[in-house]
Amino acid sequence: MQPFTTLTAIAAPIDEANIDTNQLCPTRFNKVPRGPEHAQILFHDRRFNPDGTEKEHLLNVEPFRLAKIIVADRNWGCGSSRESAVYALYEFGIRCVIAPSFADIHANNCAKNGLLPVVLSETECADIRRQLREVPGASVSVDLAAQTVRGPTGETYGFEIHPVRKKCLLEGLDDISRTLQYRDKVEAFVSVYRTERLWLYQDPA
Amino acid sequence: MAAITMFEKIWNRHVVVEEEGEVLLYVDRALIHEGSSHAFAALERQGRSIACPQQVFAHTDHYVPTTGRDRGIEGISVPEIRNMVKLLNANTAKHGVHLFGFDDPRQGILHIVPPEQGITQPGLIIAGADSHTSTHGAFGCIAFGMGASDMMHVMATQATWQRKPKTMRITVEGALGFGVSAKDVILFIIARISAQGGVGHAIEYAGTVFRSMSMEERMTVCNMSIEGGARAGMVAPDETTYAYMEGLPWAPHGTRWRDALAVWTALPTDMQAEFDREVTLVGDEITPMVSWGTNPEQSLPVTSCVPDPRDARDERQRGEYAQALDYIGIAPGTPISDIRIDRVFIGSCTNGRIEDIRAAAAVARLGKAKVPAWVVPGSQTVKRTAEREGLDKILKSAGFEWREPGCSLCTAINGDQLQPGERCASTSNRNFRGRQGTGSRTHLVSPAMAAAAAIHGRFVDVREILKGI
Repeated sequence: MQPFTTLTAIAAPIDEANIDTNQLCPTRFNKVPRGPEHAQILFHDRRFNPDGTEKEHLLNVEPFRLAKIIVADRNWGCGSSRESAVYALYEFGIRCVIAPSFADIHANNCAKNGLLPVVLSETECADIRRQLREVPGASVSVDLAAQTVRGPTGETYGFEIHPVRKKCLLEGLDDISRTLQYRDKVEAFVSVYRTERLWLYQDPA
Repeated sequence: MAAITMFEKIWNRHVVVEEEGEVLLYVDRALIHEGSSHAFAALERQGRSIACPQQVFAHTDHYVPTTGRDRGIEGISVPEIRNMVKLLNANTAKHGVHLFGFDDPRQGILHIVPPEQGITQPGLIIAGADSHTSTHGAFGCIAFGMGASDMMHVMATQATWQRKPKTMRITVEGALGFGVSAKDVILFIIARISAQGGVGHAIEYAGTVFRSMSMEERMTVCNMSIEGGARAGMVAPDETTYAYMEGLPWAPHGTRWRDALAVWTALPTDMQAEFDREVTLVGDEITPMVSWGTNPEQSLPVTSCVPDPRDARDERQRGEYAQALDYIGIAPGTPISDIRIDRVFIGSCTNGRIEDIRAAAAVARLGKAKVPAWVVPGSQTVKRTAEREGLDKILKSAGFEWREPGCSLCTAINGDQLQPGERCASTSNRNFRGRQGTGSRTHLVSPAMAAAAAIHGRFVDVREILKGI
């Protein structure tokens, strides 16, 4: 996983609440193996007509085609657990989504792929989105170590993040390496647990 | 000992180690499907094997066709869809995990088959490669969905790193009125708490309404916890749970049934235990519900009118109403009973169980479908039971189409889909834009309401129909 440290990039404002993972990656694309074509899949049915021509959509417009940050509204990423929604964001170039709230599964999926989910308040997100619409192509800066976002007008906002998620993102760590350090503890756990709940390990009748 | 919740009892028993506020939880069962190809691909890339293949259960459901199954897997006409079914066969054979595959007499949806087989049990931690894994919480276990990276980790280690969610109890006291179903209860709850009301929480459903529900009904409720933002929803196990489970293939048998009962009966939340959040609702106030917008929180009683953006409480809500109505193609203020539909879908992990088919048939027998109406049982077991009861005949003679089990029109990736602009009364769980096919319009309802919509070509209050019989 690519580490996430700091990022200064064009940010795209998306005003709609409850953007679900079906919008980020329409279901029929779930079977596509992860790859560069996921860049086209992001918001596919909102960005493209059936014949492949572009619809009117923020992410089809310069300078937002180059956005690496999305500033969104509440409950971003609700719905299906599909990780392909994150592949679509990532391959398009998005490395950070800032929103008032995230669906739990999607936020996890983002973090496990090196994409930083940042929670700011509804008002802060709305302010930044307004500034981004006023000056299209304006940059937003994110510093994960310092846990700060600097908006287009230079205003700085602090954000909370779980220390483990922060460490994994900063260092690009994956979970398996963490787990393997505890292999002995897992084995010890299982040996006791199994004897307590033998019925879970019997063959079906 | 301090009083604690059922959630905490189960959680605590599964903690292997804690690290800076994250815990490594032991996972009893992992549930996967054809779409778990990304997790298998990640295993391959890293050269890892599955830690406990006997605890992984795979299901052919998302991509399986619901007609023409006699032609076998090779009969699936679209190569990319056929390959997904074959890929699951290959991956599960290679890694030695259980597969309820294409030809299996137990085949069905991953949230319907494990409960039927006794794989879902109280007190477990169940991780699923699908957000509706919350369904299994109906048995008093912690069950939650996850993405491919987390599922790959579960398969490789039989454990998962998680942060403890907050707890939320939703108590519904009183009794449900005539013609009101579990689906109406959960749509009512989501409309109240909002689509993000449960974010960061595990929900326990408590009170007389859930206590008097069957397991099928409890599963419908827990299934849609995720539509209220909660990864997990649960109901305490009781005699209803044990009666449902006893004798199922994977359920404990012999003296182990007693051992298991001793553990299960200690699971319910202690009397004095405190939840981070409490919501209390009155069951008698719940009526048949219909979703009118593009998010499950946009649901109302069938007797009401869709909102008018001019009546919204603020600018923000005005915008949300206007966007939803524009997509769904309904004029502001339209009575829900004036909404005409093009299609009906009865099925899915929310409402594809035997009681759902019975409820649909009880209404279908009163008329003839005016629009194409599909009934897709959630599993082969459900299908066989329904056919034994003659429900398929009732449905077919009322003009409904009786199909093979799978996810079908809920997720619309097996070839079953709506045409752009088509409007569907659906017993599934998501009315998102394009969920049932590009440009599709979905209204979420109960099986009885869906069947009633089929025979009238528009939404009707199923209580009015049932009153006469």
